[in-house]
Amino acid sequence: MKEFAGRFLAHRGAVLGGTILALVLILALAAPVAFPGDPFQRVGESFEQPLGPFLFGTDSLGRDVAAGVAHGARTSLMIGLVATVIAVVAGSAVGGFAGYYGGILDDVLMRTTEFFQTIPTFVFAIVLVAVLSPSIGSIVVAIATVTWPPVARLVRGEFMAMRNREFVQACIILGMRDTAIIFREILPNCLSPIIVTGSLMVATAILIESALAFLGLGDPNVMSWGFMIGSGRTFLRTAWWLCAIPGLAILLTVLSINLVGEGLNDALNPRLRNR
Amino acid sequence: MSVARKRLVYAARRLGQAAPIVFGIIVTNFFLLQLAPGDAADVLAGEAGSATPEYMAMLRERFGLDKPVATQLFYYVKNVLLLDLGFSFRHNMPVLFLILERLGPTLLLMGATLVLSVGAGVSLGLLAATRVGSWRDTMISILAIVSYATPLFWVGLMLIVAFSLKLDWLPATGMESVGMFYSGWERFVDIARHLVLPAVTLSLFYMALYTRLMRAAMIEQAGMDYVTTARAKGLTEGRVTFHHILRNALLPVITMAGVQMGNLLGGSVIVESVFGWPGLGLLAFQSLFARDFNLLLGIFLLSACLVVIVNLLVDLFYTFLDPRIEVR
Repeated sequence: MKEFAGRFLAHRGAVLGGTILALVLILALAAPVAFPGDPFQRVGESFEQPLGPFLFGTDSLGRDVAAGVAHGARTSLMIGLVATVIAVVAGSAVGGFAGYYGGILDDVLMRTTEFFQTIPTFVFAIVLVAVLSPSIGSIVVAIATVTWPPVARLVRGEFMAMRNREFVQACIILGMRDTAIIFREILPNCLSPIIVTGSLMVATAILIESALAFLGLGDPNVMSWGFMIGSGRTFLRTAWWLCAIPGLAILLTVLSINLVGEGLNDALNPRLRNR
Repeated sequence: MSVARKRLVYAARRLGQAAPIVFGIIVTNFFLLQLAPGDAADVLAGEAGSATPEYMAMLRERFGLDKPVATQLFYYVKNVLLLDLGFSFRHNMPVLFLILERLGPTLLLMGATLVLSVGAGVSLGLLAATRVGSWRDTMISILAIVSYATPLFWVGLMLIVAFSLKLDWLPATGMESVGMFYSGWERFVDIARHLVLPAVTLSLFYMALYTRLMRAAMIEQAGMDYVTTARAKGLTEGRVTFHHILRNALLPVITMAGVQMGNLLGGSVIVESVFGWPGLGLLAFQSLFARDFNLLLGIFLLSACLVVIVNLLVDLFYTFLDPRIEVR
């Protein structure tokens, strides 16, 4: 564990990313305290400039942009995390069973995975959210549906490699049930690539969520960064900060997650670093 | 069998393998249509402003909506295979014609993006890999990492602010200048000027991806035995880099470019919405708000078919690039 921390901290990008991510997390957690009430409420004149009475100014309806950024952080992080967890669990299950049992089950599961991988992901996400009516639930489902295939492929590869190792054969001889072998023996050994992939998937999920919100497919009752950019779009000429600030928030969050993911990759796969 | 003949057989086989996928998408489309709240009759009656039960029943009968689901599915699949993708109520045109009309601008955007992103990505990756660890390398890597994390729609809007609103160098939206009716060379230049910002926006993300991939691939190739041999033979550094390493490093980049085709279509939805570029993506965006699911699903089907075809083309192109890969 100490070695892991040491390798992670040696990666300067990862440290920077971790710091930014921590700040975003704190902002998200502190939002209801620092900016109490509804972020959709009107707090002042429309189109106040930033660095005036309000830190980031106000938008077309007099809403506080800073409150929007803080509450939007909660939305984006929550959707990103939940969607990724679902995708990782589903993908690992599919990949695990496919890799362990092989044969026809493997074929069927892999054809399904390929099918989902061939479909253009973002268009499919749009179609799903549109059909299911936009809400946090449908967005999470859509993102998870669109991002699980790579996890399945990854886990299947790992399982196929581990399937014939001695420790698995020993478990079989001991009479362990299949599910016990899959979840208690093989899966813990595959965790590193799953964690790295999962962390990068959170970034992708946040990008997809903000794009959906920008197009107007976000949950209308929830403040989100994409929504802020979408609604600020018509005022680009006069109040361009309405689009710039939430966009910067997305950029910094996704960037920090990517950096942390790379740091995790280097820390969990030390043998690749010495190439 | 000659190689050309083998390639044709391979292409035919791959198309055959793609058929179940396309069929699967058609069936998925149908079930998605069923999932949507209300049905076509609801939407149509809503827009017409009247909704007497008799009118709705008449609509349902006309569009076959009162038959059991299995029959509907059969008719739907049959229609799609006969290239009848349904009718768009909002635009009052068959979906197929609507899509074909808008296909051109989207292909233009995607083509320009492909050229720009691969070209820039390969060049930057090359520049970075030839001086690993230098300032140049660090700058390029930082640019790549930041571009990779930037949301497409935001970068598009910021570019509009910078280059259209503040500097007034390039037009903000659309594909052609309204009311100018250019033709010939002037039209070409006009479209090109409108193409710059959308293509650059869409390319940024993929350029970042290809830069990092190219850089990693070139570093990996530089450590291979054949490079040592080439140097031992006395070839110049330039010749080793461009004639030998570059070709091998290009392969993973081309593969990735092919894989990203599907995502490129998704990205074009966003970019076309931001820039008002009259392609398939904008059509999809508009159909969302008209709740014209028929049109949306038609676009979905077409984009999936496009991805399948492009994957096949990339695989065939691969065999030209790397003679070691056998066409099986």
